Amino acid sequence: MLDILQEYGVLLLIGEYPHGKLGGLAMTLIISFVSLIVTFPCAILIALARTGKNKPLKRLASGFVHCVRAIPLLMLIFWAYFALPVVIGIPIDATYTLIIAIVIYQTAYLGEIIASGIEGLPKGQMEAAEALGLGYIPTTFRILLPQALFNVIPGIVNQLTTIIKESSLGSIIAVPELSYAMLQVNSNEVTKPLQIFGILAATYFVLCFALSQATGVLERRISNRRTGRVVVGAVA
Amino acid sequence: MGYQLDFRKVLQGEYFGLILQGLQTTMVLFVISWVLGLILAIFLTVVRAIEFRPTQFLVAAFVEYHRNVPILIQLFVWYFGFAVVLPDVVNDYLNDVGAEIGYAIVALALNKAAYMSEDFRSGLRSIHPAQMEAARAIGLTYLGAMKWVILPQAWRLALPALLGQTLILFKGTSLAAGIGVAELSYQARYVEEQSFRIFEAYGVVTAIYMVISFAIMWASSVLSSRYRLRVK
Repeated sequence: MLDILQEYGVLLLIGEYPHGKLGGLAMTLIISFVSLIVTFPCAILIALARTGKNKPLKRLASGFVHCVRAIPLLMLIFWAYFALPVVIGIPIDATYTLIIAIVIYQTAYLGEIIASGIEGLPKGQMEAAEALGLGYIPTTFRILLPQALFNVIPGIVNQLTTIIKESSLGSIIAVPELSYAMLQVNSNEVTKPLQIFGILAATYFVLCFALSQATGVLERRISNRRTGRVVVGAVA
Repeated sequence: MGYQLDFRKVLQGEYFGLILQGLQTTMVLFVISWVLGLILAIFLTVVRAIEFRPTQFLVAAFVEYHRNVPILIQLFVWYFGFAVVLPDVVNDYLNDVGAEIGYAIVALALNKAAYMSEDFRSGLRSIHPAQMEAARAIGLTYLGAMKWVILPQAWRLALPALLGQTLILFKGTSLAAGIGVAELSYQARYVEEQSFRIFEAYGVVTAIYMVISFAIMWASSVLSSRYRLRVK
Protein backbone atom coordinates (compact mmCIF):
# COMPACT_ATOMS: atom_id res chain seq x y z
CA MET A 1 0.00 0.00 0.00
CA LEU A 2 2.86 2.35 0.86
CA ASP A 3 4.55 1.75 -2.49
CA ILE A 4 1.42 2.92 -4.29
CA LEU A 5 1.37 6.11 -2.25
CA GLN A 6 5.10 6.60 -2.84
CA GLU A 7 4.80 6.19 -6.57
CA TYR A 8 1.52 7.98 -7.21
CA GLY A 9 1.14 10.19 -4.13
CA VAL A 10 1.90 13.44 -5.92
CA LEU A 11 -0.29 12.48 -8.87
CA LEU A 12 -3.16 11.78 -6.50
CA LEU A 13 -2.69 15.05 -4.61
CA ILE A 14 -2.28 17.56 -7.44
CA GLY A 15 -2.39 15.61 -10.72
CA GLU A 16 0.22 16.41 -13.36
CA TYR A 17 0.53 20.01 -12.17
CA PRO A 18 2.76 22.05 -12.83
CA HIS A 19 3.72 20.17 -16.00
CA GLY A 20 0.16 19.43 -17.01
CA LYS A 21 -3.41 19.74 -15.85
CA LEU A 22 -4.23 20.13 -12.18
CA GLY A 23 -5.99 17.06 -10.87
CA GLY A 24 -6.37 14.60 -8.02
CA LEU A 25 -7.44 15.60 -4.54
CA ALA A 26 -6.74 19.30 -5.20
CA MET A 27 -9.17 19.20 -8.13
CA THR A 28 -11.82 17.42 -6.06
CA LEU A 29 -11.57 20.15 -3.42
CA ILE A 30 -11.58 22.98 -5.97
CA ILE A 31 -14.63 21.52 -7.76
CA SER A 32 -16.44 21.10 -4.43
CA PHE A 33 -15.74 24.60 -3.13
CA VAL A 34 -16.47 26.31 -6.45
CA SER A 35 -19.73 24.35 -6.74
CA LEU A 36 -20.77 25.34 -3.22
CA ILE A 37 -19.90 29.00 -3.77
CA VAL A 38 -21.81 29.18 -7.06
CA THR A 39 -24.74 27.21 -5.61
CA PHE A 40 -25.08 29.50 -2.61
CA PRO A 41 -26.65 32.62 -4.26
CA CYS A 42 -28.85 30.42 -6.49
CA ALA A 43 -30.07 28.51 -3.44
CA ILE A 44 -30.86 31.77 -1.61
CA LEU A 45 -32.98 32.91 -4.58
CA ILE A 46 -34.86 29.59 -4.61
CA ALA A 47 -35.38 29.78 -0.84
CA LEU A 48 -36.70 33.37 -1.05
CA ALA A 49 -39.07 32.38 -3.85
CA ARG A 50 -40.23 29.32 -1.87
CA THR A 51 -40.94 31.32 1.30
CA GLY A 52 -42.15 34.54 -0.37
CA LYS A 53 -45.66 35.79 -1.01
CA ASN A 54 -45.56 35.78 -4.81
CA LYS A 55 -47.71 32.78 -5.86
CA PRO A 56 -46.40 32.20 -9.43
CA LEU A 57 -42.77 32.50 -8.28
CA LYS A 58 -43.50 30.14 -5.43
CA ARG A 59 -44.94 27.55 -7.81
CA LEU A 60 -42.06 27.95 -10.23
CA ALA A 61 -39.48 27.43 -7.49
CA SER A 62 -41.30 24.44 -6.05
CA GLY A 63 -41.64 22.94 -9.54
CA PHE A 64 -37.90 23.36 -10.10
CA VAL A 65 -37.05 21.75 -6.76
CA HIS A 66 -39.36 18.78 -7.35
CA CYS A 67 -38.13 18.18 -10.89
CA VAL A 68 -34.46 18.30 -9.92
CA ARG A 69 -35.06 15.95 -7.01
CA ALA A 70 -36.73 13.48 -9.37
CA ILE A 71 -33.66 13.13 -11.63
CA PRO A 72 -30.47 11.23 -10.75
CA LEU A 73 -27.38 13.46 -10.70
CA LEU A 74 -25.79 11.20 -13.32
CA MET A 75 -28.55 12.09 -15.81
CA LEU A 76 -27.98 15.80 -15.14
CA ILE A 77 -24.27 15.27 -15.76
CA PHE A 78 -25.05 13.50 -19.05
CA TRP A 79 -27.28 16.39 -20.09
CA ALA A 80 -24.64 18.94 -19.20
CA TYR A 81 -21.80 16.98 -20.78
CA PHE A 82 -23.37 15.66 -23.99
CA ALA A 83 -26.41 17.85 -24.71
CA LEU A 84 -25.44 21.31 -23.46
CA PRO A 85 -22.50 21.81 -25.88
CA VAL A 86 -24.84 20.94 -28.79
CA VAL A 87 -27.38 23.50 -27.59
CA ILE A 88 -24.99 26.40 -27.11
CA GLY A 89 -22.75 25.38 -30.00
CA ILE A 90 -19.38 25.50 -28.24
CA PRO A 91 -17.52 22.68 -26.49
CA ILE A 92 -17.30 22.96 -22.69
CA ASP A 93 -14.56 21.46 -20.54
CA ALA A 94 -15.70 18.37 -18.61
CA THR A 95 -14.77 20.05 -15.30
CA TYR A 96 -17.17 22.92 -15.98
CA THR A 97 -19.97 20.59 -17.01
CA LEU A 98 -19.55 18.68 -13.76
CA ILE A 99 -19.71 21.94 -11.79
CA ILE A 100 -22.80 23.06 -13.75
CA ALA A 101 -24.58 19.76 -13.05
CA ILE A 102 -23.70 19.83 -9.34
CA VAL A 103 -24.80 23.48 -9.04
CA ILE A 104 -28.21 22.77 -10.61
CA TYR A 105 -28.67 19.67 -8.46
CA GLN A 106 -27.53 21.27 -5.21
CA THR A 107 -29.48 24.49 -5.76
CA ALA A 108 -32.62 22.42 -5.20
CA TYR A 109 -31.30 20.76 -2.01
CA LEU A 110 -29.50 23.76 -0.50
CA GLY A 111 -32.50 25.94 -1.40
CA GLU A 112 -34.72 23.68 0.70
CA ILE A 113 -32.29 23.87 3.62
CA ILE A 114 -32.15 27.66 3.52
CA ALA A 115 -35.94 27.85 3.09
CA SER A 116 -36.36 25.75 6.22
CA GLY A 117 -34.03 28.18 8.01
CA ILE A 118 -36.20 31.13 6.95
CA GLU A 119 -39.39 29.34 7.93
CA GLY A 120 -37.87 28.45 11.29
CA LEU A 121 -37.58 32.10 12.30
CA PRO A 122 -40.27 33.46 14.62
CA LYS A 123 -43.09 35.25 12.75
CA GLY A 124 -42.53 38.29 15.00
CA GLN A 125 -39.24 39.10 13.23
CA MET A 126 -40.99 39.75 9.93
CA GLU A 127 -43.88 41.57 11.59
CA ALA A 128 -41.60 43.80 13.65
CA ALA A 129 -39.64 44.73 10.54
CA GLU A 130 -42.88 45.56 8.76
CA ALA A 131 -44.12 47.58 11.71
CA LEU A 132 -40.91 49.61 11.63
CA GLY A 133 -41.63 50.38 7.99
CA LEU A 134 -38.71 48.42 6.51
CA GLY A 135 -39.16 47.48 2.87
CA TYR A 136 -38.78 44.01 1.36
CA ILE A 137 -35.07 44.30 0.54
CA PRO A 138 -33.83 45.50 3.95
CA THR A 139 -36.16 43.09 5.76
CA THR A 140 -34.81 40.19 3.72
CA PHE A 141 -31.13 41.04 3.72
CA ARG A 142 -30.75 42.63 7.14
CA ILE A 143 -33.30 40.77 9.27
CA LEU A 144 -34.27 37.40 7.78
CA LEU A 145 -31.23 36.10 5.91
CA PRO A 146 -28.49 36.86 8.47
CA GLN A 147 -30.38 34.88 11.13
CA ALA A 148 -31.65 32.14 8.84
CA LEU A 149 -28.23 31.54 7.28
CA PHE A 150 -26.53 31.47 10.67
CA ASN A 151 -28.97 28.83 11.88
CA VAL A 152 -28.45 26.60 8.82
CA ILE A 153 -24.62 26.72 8.84
CA PRO A 154 -24.51 23.02 9.87
CA GLY A 155 -26.79 22.15 6.96
CA ILE A 156 -24.54 24.05 4.56
CA VAL A 157 -21.38 22.29 5.80
CA ASN A 158 -23.24 19.01 5.48
CA GLN A 159 -24.07 19.84 1.86
CA LEU A 160 -20.33 20.43 1.27
CA THR A 161 -19.73 16.82 2.34
CA THR A 162 -22.42 15.72 -0.09
CA ILE A 163 -20.88 17.78 -2.89
CA ILE A 164 -17.42 16.26 -2.26
CA LYS A 165 -18.99 12.81 -2.56
CA GLU A 166 -20.96 13.78 -5.65
CA SER A 167 -17.86 15.14 -7.37
CA SER A 168 -16.66 11.52 -7.62
CA LEU A 169 -19.16 11.14 -10.49
CA GLY A 170 -16.74 13.27 -12.50
CA SER A 171 -14.73 10.10 -13.08
CA ILE A 172 -17.50 8.88 -15.42
CA ILE A 173 -17.03 11.86 -17.78
CA ALA A 174 -13.21 11.91 -17.34
CA VAL A 175 -12.90 14.97 -15.09
CA PRO A 176 -9.34 14.72 -13.70
CA GLU A 177 -10.38 14.58 -10.04
CA LEU A 178 -9.41 12.13 -7.31
CA SER A 179 -11.55 9.15 -8.38
CA TYR A 180 -10.51 9.50 -12.01
CA ALA A 181 -6.83 9.68 -11.01
CA MET A 182 -7.32 6.49 -8.99
CA LEU A 183 -8.98 4.71 -11.92
CA GLN A 184 -5.93 5.59 -14.00
CA VAL A 185 -3.59 4.29 -11.31
CA ASN A 186 -5.69 1.14 -11.24
CA SER A 187 -5.27 0.61 -14.97
CA ASN A 188 -1.48 1.01 -14.57
CA GLU A 189 -1.20 -1.35 -11.60
CA VAL A 190 -3.60 -4.09 -12.58
CA THR A 191 -2.75 -6.37 -9.67
CA LYS A 192 -3.63 -4.22 -6.65
CA PRO A 193 -7.20 -2.99 -7.04
CA LEU A 194 -8.13 -3.70 -3.41
CA GLN A 195 -5.31 -1.52 -2.06
CA ILE A 196 -5.92 1.21 -4.64
CA PHE A 197 -9.65 1.52 -4.00
CA GLY A 198 -9.03 1.10 -0.28
CA ILE A 199 -6.80 4.19 -0.35
CA LEU A 200 -9.41 6.03 -2.41
CA ALA A 201 -12.22 5.16 0.01
CA ALA A 202 -10.01 6.07 2.99
CA THR A 203 -9.22 9.49 1.51
CA TYR A 204 -12.88 10.34 1.02
CA PHE A 205 -13.66 8.93 4.44
CA VAL A 206 -11.12 11.11 6.26
CA LEU A 207 -12.29 14.21 4.41
CA CYS A 208 -16.02 13.67 4.85
CA PHE A 209 -15.86 12.22 8.36
CA ALA A 210 -13.89 15.26 9.58
CA LEU A 211 -16.45 17.56 7.98
CA SER A 212 -19.42 15.69 9.43
CA GLN A 213 -17.84 15.75 12.91
CA ALA A 214 -17.38 19.51 12.47
CA THR A 215 -21.04 19.74 11.50
CA GLY A 216 -21.97 18.08 14.78
CA VAL A 217 -19.90 20.53 16.81
CA LEU A 218 -21.34 23.52 14.91
CA GLU A 219 -24.84 22.20 15.40
CA ARG A 220 -24.41 22.00 19.19
CA ARG A 221 -22.82 25.47 19.39
CA ILE A 222 -25.53 27.07 17.31
CA SER A 223 -28.44 25.42 19.07
CA ASN A 224 -26.90 26.40 22.42
CA ARG A 225 -26.58 29.97 21.24
CA ARG A 226 -30.17 30.03 20.02
CA THR A 227 -31.54 28.66 23.25
CA GLY A 228 -29.26 30.96 25.24
CA ARG A 229 -27.42 28.15 27.00
CA VAL A 230 -23.84 28.95 27.97
CA VAL A 231 -21.20 26.48 26.83
CA VAL A 232 -18.21 26.16 29.11
CA GLY A 233 -15.08 26.90 27.12
CA ALA A 234 -16.88 28.21 24.06
CA VAL A 235 -15.15 31.15 22.42
CA ALA A 236 -18.15 32.79 20.80
CA MET B 1 -29.41 24.71 -35.41
CA GLY B 2 -30.69 22.21 -37.94
CA TYR B 3 -31.54 19.58 -35.36
CA GLN B 4 -34.96 18.03 -35.78
CA LEU B 5 -36.43 16.38 -32.71
CA ASP B 6 -37.75 12.97 -33.68
CA PHE B 7 -38.83 10.80 -30.79
CA ARG B 8 -39.93 7.97 -33.09
CA LYS B 9 -36.28 6.97 -33.48
CA VAL B 10 -35.93 6.00 -29.83
CA LEU B 11 -39.55 5.11 -29.08
CA GLN B 12 -39.72 2.09 -31.35
CA GLY B 13 -37.70 -0.87 -32.49
CA GLU B 14 -34.35 -1.90 -31.12
CA TYR B 15 -33.54 1.27 -29.19
CA PHE B 16 -36.82 1.30 -27.31
CA GLY B 17 -36.23 -2.36 -26.46
CA LEU B 18 -32.84 -1.45 -24.98
CA ILE B 19 -34.38 1.32 -22.90
CA LEU B 20 -37.04 -1.07 -21.60
CA GLN B 21 -34.34 -3.61 -20.70
CA GLY B 22 -32.53 -0.83 -18.88
CA LEU B 23 -35.69 0.04 -16.99
CA GLN B 24 -36.12 -3.59 -15.99
CA THR B 25 -32.53 -3.78 -14.69
CA THR B 26 -33.00 -0.50 -12.79
CA MET B 27 -36.14 -1.84 -11.13
CA VAL B 28 -34.43 -5.15 -10.26
CA LEU B 29 -31.54 -3.23 -8.66
CA PHE B 30 -33.93 -0.93 -6.83
CA VAL B 31 -36.33 -3.53 -5.44
CA ILE B 32 -33.76 -6.16 -4.41
CA SER B 33 -31.38 -3.62 -2.82
CA TRP B 34 -34.29 -2.01 -1.00
CA VAL B 35 -35.53 -5.28 0.49
CA LEU B 36 -32.04 -6.52 1.42
CA GLY B 37 -31.13 -3.07 2.79
CA LEU B 38 -34.21 -2.94 4.97
CA ILE B 39 -33.64 -6.42 6.43
CA LEU B 40 -30.00 -5.66 7.18
CA ALA B 41 -30.94 -2.26 8.63
CA ILE B 42 -33.31 -3.87 11.13
CA PHE B 43 -30.59 -6.34 12.10
CA LEU B 44 -28.04 -3.51 12.55
CA THR B 45 -30.47 -1.48 14.64
CA VAL B 46 -31.07 -4.43 16.96
CA VAL B 47 -27.33 -5.13 17.30
CA ARG B 48 -26.65 -1.49 18.09
CA ALA B 49 -29.44 -1.38 20.68
CA ILE B 50 -27.77 -4.18 22.65
CA GLU B 51 -25.40 -2.78 25.26
CA PHE B 52 -22.18 -4.45 24.18
CA ARG B 53 -19.37 -2.08 23.21
CA PRO B 54 -17.44 -4.07 20.57
CA THR B 55 -20.49 -4.87 18.40
CA GLN B 56 -21.84 -1.34 18.84
CA PHE B 57 -18.51 0.01 17.63
CA LEU B 58 -18.53 -2.32 14.63
CA VAL B 59 -22.01 -1.20 13.59
CA ALA B 60 -21.02 2.46 14.06
CA ALA B 61 -17.92 1.92 11.90
CA PHE B 62 -20.05 0.21 9.23
CA VAL B 63 -22.49 3.11 9.22
CA GLU B 64 -19.78 5.80 9.11
CA TYR B 65 -17.94 4.08 6.26
CA HIS B 66 -21.07 3.98 4.15
CA ARG B 67 -22.07 7.52 4.97
CA ASN B 68 -18.70 9.16 4.32
CA VAL B 69 -17.51 7.40 1.17
CA PRO B 70 -19.21 8.17 -2.16
CA ILE B 71 -21.52 5.38 -3.37
CA LEU B 72 -19.64 5.24 -6.65
CA ILE B 73 -16.42 4.44 -4.75
CA GLN B 74 -18.24 1.78 -2.72
CA LEU B 75 -19.28 0.23 -6.04
CA PHE B 76 -15.65 0.39 -7.25
CA VAL B 77 -14.40 -1.27 -4.06
CA TRP B 78 -16.75 -4.21 -4.58
CA TYR B 79 -16.40 -4.47 -8.32
CA PHE B 80 -12.66 -3.96 -8.72
CA GLY B 81 -11.37 -4.62 -5.22
CA PHE B 82 -13.39 -7.51 -3.87
CA ALA B 83 -13.11 -9.53 -7.07
CA VAL B 84 -9.34 -10.11 -6.59
CA VAL B 85 -9.92 -11.66 -3.18
CA LEU B 86 -12.08 -14.37 -4.70
CA PRO B 87 -10.50 -17.45 -6.27
CA ASP B 88 -10.35 -17.53 -10.08
CA VAL B 89 -12.94 -20.29 -10.31
CA VAL B 90 -15.52 -18.18 -8.48
CA ASN B 91 -14.68 -15.12 -10.58
CA ASP B 92 -15.06 -17.02 -13.82
CA TYR B 93 -18.43 -18.29 -12.69
CA LEU B 94 -19.53 -14.81 -11.54
CA ASN B 95 -18.47 -13.22 -14.82
CA ASP B 96 -20.52 -15.80 -16.70
CA VAL B 97 -23.70 -15.05 -14.78
CA GLY B 98 -23.16 -11.27 -14.71
CA ALA B 99 -21.05 -10.14 -11.79
CA GLU B 100 -21.68 -6.40 -12.19
CA ILE B 101 -25.31 -6.48 -11.20
CA GLY B 102 -24.54 -8.71 -8.20
CA TYR B 103 -21.84 -6.36 -6.93
CA ALA B 104 -24.12 -3.37 -7.58
CA ILE B 105 -26.90 -4.96 -5.50
CA VAL B 106 -24.48 -5.77 -2.66
CA ALA B 107 -23.02 -2.25 -2.64
CA LEU B 108 -26.37 -0.47 -2.84
CA ALA B 109 -28.01 -2.73 -0.25
CA LEU B 110 -25.16 -2.28 2.26
CA ASN B 111 -25.20 1.48 1.69
CA LYS B 112 -28.94 1.76 2.22
CA ALA B 113 -28.77 -0.52 5.27
CA ALA B 114 -26.36 1.96 6.90
CA TYR B 115 -28.61 4.95 6.23
CA MET B 116 -31.86 3.17 7.12
CA SER B 117 -30.46 1.83 10.39
CA GLU B 118 -29.56 5.41 11.36
CA ASP B 119 -33.16 6.44 10.61
CA PHE B 120 -34.51 3.60 12.77
CA ARG B 121 -32.12 4.52 15.54
CA SER B 122 -33.12 8.17 15.56
CA GLY B 123 -36.78 7.06 15.54
CA LEU B 124 -36.11 4.90 18.61
CA ARG B 125 -34.09 7.60 20.35
CA SER B 126 -36.79 10.23 19.99
CA ILE B 127 -39.10 8.23 22.24
CA HIS B 128 -38.63 9.27 25.82
CA PRO B 129 -37.05 6.56 28.05
CA ALA B 130 -39.79 7.23 30.59
CA GLN B 131 -42.24 5.50 28.23
CA MET B 132 -40.28 2.28 28.56
CA GLU B 133 -40.13 2.66 32.33
CA ALA B 134 -43.86 3.37 32.51
CA ALA B 135 -44.65 0.37 30.32
CA ARG B 136 -42.48 -1.87 32.52
CA ALA B 137 -44.06 -0.41 35.65
CA ILE B 138 -47.57 -1.41 34.55
CA GLY B 139 -46.32 -4.97 34.13
CA LEU B 140 -45.35 -5.37 30.46
CA THR B 141 -42.26 -7.43 29.72
CA TYR B 142 -39.35 -5.81 27.85
CA LEU B 143 -40.43 -7.35 24.54
CA GLY B 144 -44.07 -6.55 25.28
CA ALA B 145 -43.24 -2.92 25.94
CA MET B 146 -41.24 -2.84 22.71
CA LYS B 147 -44.08 -4.38 20.74
CA TRP B 148 -47.01 -2.42 22.16
CA VAL B 149 -45.49 0.90 23.19
CA ILE B 150 -42.10 1.72 21.68
CA LEU B 151 -42.07 0.22 18.16
CA PRO B 152 -45.53 1.42 17.02
CA GLN B 153 -44.34 4.99 17.65
CA ALA B 154 -40.74 4.52 16.52
CA TRP B 155 -41.52 3.21 13.04
CA ARG B 156 -43.96 6.04 12.45
CA LEU B 157 -41.29 8.55 13.44
CA ALA B 158 -38.74 6.88 11.17
CA LEU B 159 -41.10 6.53 8.20
CA PRO B 160 -40.58 9.91 6.44
CA ALA B 161 -36.79 9.48 6.54
CA LEU B 162 -37.09 5.89 5.27
CA LEU B 163 -39.26 7.01 2.36
CA GLY B 164 -36.70 9.70 1.58
CA GLN B 165 -34.02 7.00 1.48
CA THR B 166 -36.20 5.03 -0.92
CA LEU B 167 -36.15 7.88 -3.43
CA ILE B 168 -32.39 8.34 -2.97
CA LEU B 169 -31.87 4.62 -3.57
CA PHE B 170 -33.94 4.73 -6.75
CA LYS B 171 -31.82 7.58 -8.09
CA GLY B 172 -28.67 5.90 -6.78
CA THR B 173 -29.23 2.86 -8.99
CA SER B 174 -28.02 5.06 -11.87
CA LEU B 175 -24.50 4.92 -10.41
CA ALA B 176 -24.35 1.21 -11.24
CA ALA B 177 -23.69 2.43 -14.80
CA GLY B 178 -20.24 3.38 -13.46
CA ILE B 179 -19.30 -0.31 -13.16
CA GLY B 180 -21.00 -1.29 -16.40
CA VAL B 181 -24.41 -2.52 -15.27
CA ALA B 182 -26.74 -2.06 -18.25
CA GLU B 183 -29.41 -0.11 -16.37
CA LEU B 184 -31.38 2.91 -17.53
CA SER B 185 -28.61 5.56 -17.56
CA TYR B 186 -26.19 3.16 -19.21
CA GLN B 187 -28.72 2.41 -21.94
CA ALA B 188 -29.43 6.13 -22.39
CA ARG B 189 -25.73 6.64 -23.06
CA TYR B 190 -25.56 3.62 -25.38
CA VAL B 191 -28.65 4.55 -27.38
CA GLU B 192 -27.35 8.11 -27.70
CA GLU B 193 -24.01 6.86 -28.99
CA GLN B 194 -25.60 4.49 -31.51
CA SER B 195 -28.40 6.70 -32.78
CA PHE B 196 -26.82 10.18 -32.43
CA ARG B 197 -30.17 11.23 -30.97
CA ILE B 198 -28.90 13.06 -27.88
CA PHE B 199 -32.05 14.91 -26.82
CA GLU B 200 -34.46 12.09 -27.60
CA ALA B 201 -32.44 9.39 -25.80
CA TYR B 202 -31.77 11.48 -22.68
CA GLY B 203 -35.24 13.02 -22.85
CA VAL B 204 -37.04 9.67 -22.81
CA VAL B 205 -34.84 8.23 -20.04
CA THR B 206 -35.07 11.39 -17.93
CA ALA B 207 -38.86 11.28 -18.32
CA ILE B 208 -38.92 7.66 -17.13
CA TYR B 209 -36.83 8.56 -14.08
CA MET B 210 -39.09 11.51 -13.33
CA VAL B 211 -42.31 9.53 -13.61
CA ILE B 212 -41.08 6.85 -11.19
CA SER B 213 -39.55 9.42 -8.82
CA PHE B 214 -42.79 11.41 -8.74
CA ALA B 215 -44.69 8.21 -8.04
CA ILE B 216 -42.34 7.48 -5.12
CA MET B 217 -42.68 11.08 -3.84
CA TRP B 218 -46.46 10.91 -4.09
CA ALA B 219 -46.63 7.56 -2.31
CA SER B 220 -44.26 8.92 0.35
CA SER B 221 -46.42 11.92 1.10
CA VAL B 222 -49.58 9.76 1.24
CA LEU B 223 -47.95 7.22 3.57
CA SER B 224 -46.28 9.86 5.75
CA SER B 225 -49.50 11.72 6.38
CA ARG B 226 -51.48 8.47 6.86
CA TYR B 227 -49.11 7.18 9.52
CA ARG B 228 -48.15 10.45 11.15
CA LEU B 229 -47.82 10.23 14.91
CA ARG B 230 -50.66 12.29 16.33
CA VAL B 231 -49.57 13.07 19.88
CA LYS B 232 -48.46 16.08 21.93
